[in-house]
Amino acid sequence: MEQSWKQAKAVFAGALGPPLFWLILFFIVPLAIVWAYSFGQNDGLTEISFTGTFSNYVRAIEPLYLKIFVKSAWVAGLTTALCLVLGFPVALAITFAPPRLKTWLLLLVMLPFWTNLLIRTYALIAVLRTEGYINLSLEWLWNGAGGLAPLVGLQPLGAFTPLELLHNNFAVVVGLVYVHLPFMVLPLYSALDRLDRSLLEASLDLGAGHIRTLLVVVVPLALPGIASGILITFIPALGAYLTPDLLGGPDSQMIANIIERQFKRANDWPFGAAMSFLLMYLTFIAIAIQAVVSRNRGRAA
Amino acid sequence: MDKMKRGGTSRRSLLTTFGAAAVGLSFGPALTGCSPAAEKTAGAEEAKLNFYNWDTYIGETSLADFKAASGIDVNMSLFATNDELFAKLKAGNPGFDVIVPSNEFVTRMSQAGLLVALDHAKIPNIKNIDPSFLDPEFDPGRKYSMPYTWLTLGIGYRKSKVQGVPDSWKYLFDSPQYAGKIALLSESADLVRLCAKYLGHSVNNIPPEMLPKIEAMLTKQKAYVKAFHEDNGQDMLLAKDVDLVLEYNGDIAQAMKDDPDIDFVIPKEGSLINSDTLCIPTGAPRPENAHKFINFLLDAKAGAEISKTILYPTPNAAAKALMPDDYRNNPVIFPPADIMAKCEYGAFEGAEKAQAYEELITKVRAA
Repeated sequence: MEQSWKQAKAVFAGALGPPLFWLILFFIVPLAIVWAYSFGQNDGLTEISFTGTFSNYVRAIEPLYLKIFVKSAWVAGLTTALCLVLGFPVALAITFAPPRLKTWLLLLVMLPFWTNLLIRTYALIAVLRTEGYINLSLEWLWNGAGGLAPLVGLQPLGAFTPLELLHNNFAVVVGLVYVHLPFMVLPLYSALDRLDRSLLEASLDLGAGHIRTLLVVVVPLALPGIASGILITFIPALGAYLTPDLLGGPDSQMIANIIERQFKRANDWPFGAAMSFLLMYLTFIAIAIQAVVSRNRGRAA
Repeated sequence: MDKMKRGGTSRRSLLTTFGAAAVGLSFGPALTGCSPAAEKTAGAEEAKLNFYNWDTYIGETSLADFKAASGIDVNMSLFATNDELFAKLKAGNPGFDVIVPSNEFVTRMSQAGLLVALDHAKIPNIKNIDPSFLDPEFDPGRKYSMPYTWLTLGIGYRKSKVQGVPDSWKYLFDSPQYAGKIALLSESADLVRLCAKYLGHSVNNIPPEMLPKIEAMLTKQKAYVKAFHEDNGQDMLLAKDVDLVLEYNGDIAQAMKDDPDIDFVIPKEGSLINSDTLCIPTGAPRPENAHKFINFLLDAKAGAEISKTILYPTPNAAAKALMPDDYRNNPVIFPPADIMAKCEYGAFEGAEKAQAYEELITKVRAA
């Protein structure tokens, strides 16, 4: 039995009330307070007075901080692009896997979520560091090859120099891709899984190759999934602070690290709030663009 | 001006960063029995106490010993940085009776009205404290704080990888000699103060015209720095990621137990001393119990039990006398007096300075 919500207002209100209350009390109100902070200034050590000043925003768009914003966006963008390149084949493979295997593959993608981010980051440190697993394996191979070289009449190899894998921007991007890959794979999978297979068969029957079918048929149809994958990868990557803190080098700070320090060490909440909200305004813009893209596609279809 | 972590080596770094990561989410400890109504009816204070401490920063049996001696149950919760402690109490004391801020924060919190004055008559064990700790600049006359431990920053290094002893800040701040093998502590104020010390100035009252010089020096040095670490320098040293780290003596003393190739030096220019202290925050529900607890921790035997576990230098002379020789005569835990004479406490000089130092390091790292 279908029934418009207008005919059951009490039920509707009863169902909507508690979550709405929760949302307002624990999400909207705190957010509004932080938003108000961004127009305030420090008044002594513990007080913030709301003066309606824009000085925090003016400071936040100084070249120093703007440069860090741009750098963070660049790192997050690179992370998103790599996630897309790596995640698309994975999602495609899961889509075409036998149904029984599918569940297990999806489980594997989600498995890292069951481990805390910090633990995963420390695991990466153990893999990447100077005497980490990668370098130890390479050293073992190098020494093995070095032992063999004289036997086949080659110059003996020199001493092994460990690769610098940790404490640089490379490590930050590796860490971010590792953490955010599931965010990309899952929306891609859900878009690809809904794909009408007969369209693929038609394309193949009509003489298009596999690559051409992929680029001309699959990708355009999966575009909304790609767009939402990009969005939900890019936004958390832009706000990452644990990964650059632990894996990064001396110049790997991202905007979230700066914001964290304003709330803690620098004890400058208004400035931290202004930077947080700049980040949020950017996020809103990104979401708006995504909405426009998907609406245009909806109209075209 | 805060130490991210204390105590056991690798577990600790994990736990405390964990804490730091969860700051935004933590709702404070589950504080039991701190409703005002319950206290009013009881007349005297109920036998409970909420202790807010650093991770692995208490003796193994200390809390049980206190319960046996006084009947008071101690509920200990942990913080990871002074900033976390400050941020939590800034919003109103959620029910803590005893907290452990560092020197600079004692000044900051007392100025902000977040600490209550201690009643020395209720802390007779103050007699156990080394007199040199009784009148520090950050808390004249020990009005608000009792000394718990102290610690100093220096250079932890791998003996087989350095030439001689790296006994100057030059090797960390102003020299390409150990390029790519240096890790600095990610604490803006500490870095700026130690650079000033290297340039021959005190760690306090740094003149504004000296800051660009420090910024230029660190920006140049950044090319040779491997990482700004989150107080896990001893782990990086143990894992051979770097050969020189800016770290606290207690952390390196622990690492030296695992690896005899590691040593520690306080540079000849002098360094920063920190001191962690026991304080009672404003609005503490059970100030009587808090005084009893602080007095208990300053007891000779209780103090020795704590030092045995955490290996930090103790300001408690009576407790130190009970400790074995390898602690008392360890030059890393208790550096020689002539070098300690050159070390200073970093004073709290207002929020603007802290923000200026923060921005300086942000500039260095963005350069």
